[in-house]
Amino acid sequence: MDINDFRSLTTVLGLLCFLGIVGWAYSRNSKKGFDEAANLPFADDDDSVPGHDTRHR
Amino acid sequence: MSETQTTYNYKVVRQFAVMTVIWGIVGMLVGVVIAAQLVWPELNFGPWLHFGRLRPLHTNAVIFAFGGSALFATSYYVVQRTSHARIFCDKLAAFTFWGWQLVILLAAVSLPLGFSTGKEYAELEWPIDLLIAVVWVSYAIVFFGTIAKRTVKHIYVANWFYGAFIIAIALLHIVNSAEIPVTLTKSYSAYAGVQDAMVQWWYGHNAVGFLLTAGFLGMMYYFVPKQAGRPVYSYRLSVVHFWALIFTYMWAGPHHLHYTALPDWTQSVGMIFSLILLAPSWGGMINGIMTLSGAWHKLRDDPILKFLITSLSFYGMSTFEGPMMSVKTVNALSHYTDWTVGHVHSGALGWVAMVSIGSIYYLLPRLFGKPEMYSVRLMTVHFWVATIGVVLYIASMWIAGVMQGLMWRAVNADGTLTYSFVEAVKGSYPFWTVRFIGGALFLVGMLIMAYNMFKTIASGKTVNDAPVLAPAAQHA
Repeated sequence: MDINDFRSLTTVLGLLCFLGIVGWAYSRNSKKGFDEAANLPFADDDDSVPGHDTRHR
Repeated sequence: MSETQTTYNYKVVRQFAVMTVIWGIVGMLVGVVIAAQLVWPELNFGPWLHFGRLRPLHTNAVIFAFGGSALFATSYYVVQRTSHARIFCDKLAAFTFWGWQLVILLAAVSLPLGFSTGKEYAELEWPIDLLIAVVWVSYAIVFFGTIAKRTVKHIYVANWFYGAFIIAIALLHIVNSAEIPVTLTKSYSAYAGVQDAMVQWWYGHNAVGFLLTAGFLGMMYYFVPKQAGRPVYSYRLSVVHFWALIFTYMWAGPHHLHYTALPDWTQSVGMIFSLILLAPSWGGMINGIMTLSGAWHKLRDDPILKFLITSLSFYGMSTFEGPMMSVKTVNALSHYTDWTVGHVHSGALGWVAMVSIGSIYYLLPRLFGKPEMYSVRLMTVHFWVATIGVVLYIASMWIAGVMQGLMWRAVNADGTLTYSFVEAVKGSYPFWTVRFIGGALFLVGMLIMAYNMFKTIASGKTVNDAPVLAPAAQHA
């Protein structure tokens, strides 16, 4: 094996890694965590400014 | 508010937010000046205000001063807000602000004086490069330090994009700025020949990919859901297109060097990866626009959403155009023409500037204790002036670019060139005038924004004490 085999191997491993990420992202197990994460910006109400009541846009 | 409660650091966010508008005006003003110089060459006054020296000043000011400040402001706000933690190390955060302003001032002085490494978007000489590296590493420490002290379990997707942008820019800047100093103001690149060109465009394209794309996608992933009042359309898609962008962008740089001394196979690899990039780019655009699905009526009277959603439309357009232009046969026509300039500004004005403007309009009232901006009507005026400006700019550059490409390649039956170069220049004048008008309109929009901002500040008060939500989990 010379260095070019390692270069090809890196490309293949990179692709497999990406496919693994896709599988993980679309797996049932990730759903709950993703839903929690997606709601993070809304856990914190930045519409309430000190000195003002909570505002409604 | 109780004395013991932790608060968010709004000061550094406010500083960067205000400077975003200021540097936006400065950078775009220089852009309008050099656009005018192309139409009226008499406007080239002396060596200091010559096109060749003002052009890098324009690009550095809009990318690093305007875009950079917008990224600092929004990333510091978003990382605190979605981590439910005060920023890590206030002093270091303050250092990033003053350090970055010093970098910008040094650029504004050294570039007109003619000190330049000659590398596009990396023109600044080595002492400034060192300062940038120190500020950037400090930025990384502040950002990731804040993530490390988060009180919530997850790292919100916007922070993934901001984090990738910070790491990638550190890597790109340090590798591409490797240079051998000769005097205080002169250095030579550590690389030679075509390797130097490849390193430069590996840097150049990834500055587009990570600063002008990943960073601003981070902005999109916070401010679009917040302003639309609903979570992002698909969190799964955001994860997949994030990693697809990361895996792909690093290899697209060679498309800047088609038909040069760069080996042919390298050019082809760059072209293939650029074509693949369409998928993750559109993944982000679709995710952003579909977040508004079911709430389209909000677009009608919310100028912030107008800015954000229009920016995503321009993002989608320019990320379709880019892969197309990376195809070698298309590039044979488009390269070195104004089509490239039109493409860049479709991304820079349409996507980067518009998403920043929308986000800063979101931030300003919250940073100055106001329910909304001084004038919502002026925000809408800004939106339309800016949109008309972008459309004039890119349409004129498309026409001029294709015309130039066709004129340059036209040959007579005996193989001689049909047109001399100056004939293409002459044919471009009307379109350069339209471009000047488009750019000037965009600048007028920024002046309207500055007026609105100062009126908001004048009637508001600085907010330094927005309390950190704790314990976070109970509020989720």
